[in-house]
Amino acid sequence: MGLSKVWVYAEADGPKPHSSTLEILTKARELGDSVEAVFVGGDADSFAAPLGEYGATTLHAADPGDALAGVVGAATLTALVTAHQPDLILFAQTYDGRDAVGRLSAALDRPVVTNGTGLSVDGDRVVVQTAIFGGNTIVDTAFTGPGPHLAVIRPKSFPAEPSGGSPATVEKVDAVDAGRAGEATVLERHVEEREGPKLEDAEVVVSGGRGLGSAEAYEPLVEELAKLLKGASGASRAIVDAGWVPYAKQVGQTGKVVKPKLYVALGISGATQHLVGMKGSDNILAINKDGEAPIFSIADLGVVGDVHKVVPKLIEAIKAKQ
Amino acid sequence: MNIAVCVKQIPDPAVPGELDPESKTLKREGKLILDESDSYGVEMALQLVDKTGGGEVTLVSMAPNNEVSGLRTALAMGAAKAVLVSDPALAGSDALSTAKVLAKAVERAGGIDLVLAATESTDGYTGTVPAQMAQLLDWPSLTFAKHVEVGEGKLTIQRQTEAGYDTVESSLPAVVSVTAGVVEPRYPSFKGIMAAKNKPVDECTVADLGLSPDDVGWKGARQEIVNVAAAPAREAGEKIEDDGSAHERIVEFLEQLKVI
Repeated sequence: MGLSKVWVYAEADGPKPHSSTLEILTKARELGDSVEAVFVGGDADSFAAPLGEYGATTLHAADPGDALAGVVGAATLTALVTAHQPDLILFAQTYDGRDAVGRLSAALDRPVVTNGTGLSVDGDRVVVQTAIFGGNTIVDTAFTGPGPHLAVIRPKSFPAEPSGGSPATVEKVDAVDAGRAGEATVLERHVEEREGPKLEDAEVVVSGGRGLGSAEAYEPLVEELAKLLKGASGASRAIVDAGWVPYAKQVGQTGKVVKPKLYVALGISGATQHLVGMKGSDNILAINKDGEAPIFSIADLGVVGDVHKVVPKLIEAIKAKQ
Repeated sequence: MNIAVCVKQIPDPAVPGELDPESKTLKREGKLILDESDSYGVEMALQLVDKTGGGEVTLVSMAPNNEVSGLRTALAMGAAKAVLVSDPALAGSDALSTAKVLAKAVERAGGIDLVLAATESTDGYTGTVPAQMAQLLDWPSLTFAKHVEVGEGKLTIQRQTEAGYDTVESSLPAVVSVTAGVVEPRYPSFKGIMAAKNKPVDECTVADLGLSPDDVGWKGARQEIVNVAAAPAREAGEKIEDDGSAHERIVEFLEQLKVI
């Protein structure tokens, strides 16, 4: 038994669909008889083929112009939901995904379950799985009210597998009035240069924590090692809160979930807040001065030592090999 | 300018969390503290009020049980007053119910030009409440701000994006969520702590806000926990003490994984 209509709020990552969009499309195919996508962005036609390939049959598309994508997304969905009555709408836990689902939830008066890591349908009951207490406990939550049900799924919760579907039919949605929310406009988009892979997609992630001692240690230890291992650099919440690195680098419960082949934790004690964002990694290497740090309870290789001593030697040794 | 800051009083995150076996929600007994995530919003609000040369900072918060210890921390930092929605009916409230209550609390405070909130709370971390509040108020929502500037009747923020950041401008009033680490929260002074004891806390109930108890708490959430299970545990592997040569073992480990 599945649902009749499952919709996916699709997002772009440059010219391609966001990886998390493809993940939830893959899952949506398993749950619903029909899968459609809603996309807010400039060039919807170029997304018809890649989204169709992952199972979307129709692509409802709105152009946000210089308005906020999530605001336009919510207003567009509010209008579409009345006409199409989807049973379930899935969002990826991204910046725009949370904007869209937040406004939509209030506009429709429907609750949202966020931080989903699993989804199932039992009869007509939709169950969302979430992990709490640093991933130690798995909670299943069922919606009890009327649909459409709104669920927000953490990236990397499902594999993305193409269905081989043909390009989605693009249905353009005319500009929808977003009320006063439409008064917020984007003046400028600032793209930061990124060397190496994205944090969520990297095969290797090197993260730093308070054990680095100072903001100045982040670049020569964390960034440098990440670069050498062709990985991405991340951070614990402690050093994001301290203003050493931006929020975008935060790995954890409040932050990003990563599941790389190798996760390297430098000077990170391993608060549950952090563990939930990285314990799904294939291999974990931890270096920390405190031998009692909880990070060692999940590390495949734990080194009790000072990152300021171990990491420079490690960097030299790797450079000598290359 | 008058700024409302949403603050949440949470169980100390340093103490491991527990589920109530009956209700299957987080136990929220004992002393609650100010969510550290909210201290950034409070600090930013105090700075913005200073810069714009007038107005005050009002806290808006909700609790099932009259708890004020966390609010006193924020009042000691310099907020002028608080609206605390305190009602047993609030127990079990989800993000949307929370947004309904806080939006009404903002209206009750009156004359608010700007609402600041953290991007997400430390204990619930849904990250949707600011946008939900904005929709209910029919105000613009500018989320994930890492920089906020206020001008004549408008505001400009830098909004975190996947690729970098967007500069976003909006009219006021508006709701802004701020990421952590954007300002350095001040420590309450002794004078501030003493003054906070006498600052007004407007305690009201759900009914005082014109909401029905059915809109909030368990009923309002319209969801139920159907199962709670332990996740498969991850085993600890090899642990070594650095004797000056730990990097050699790490290199072996990386070679095994074919990372180098």
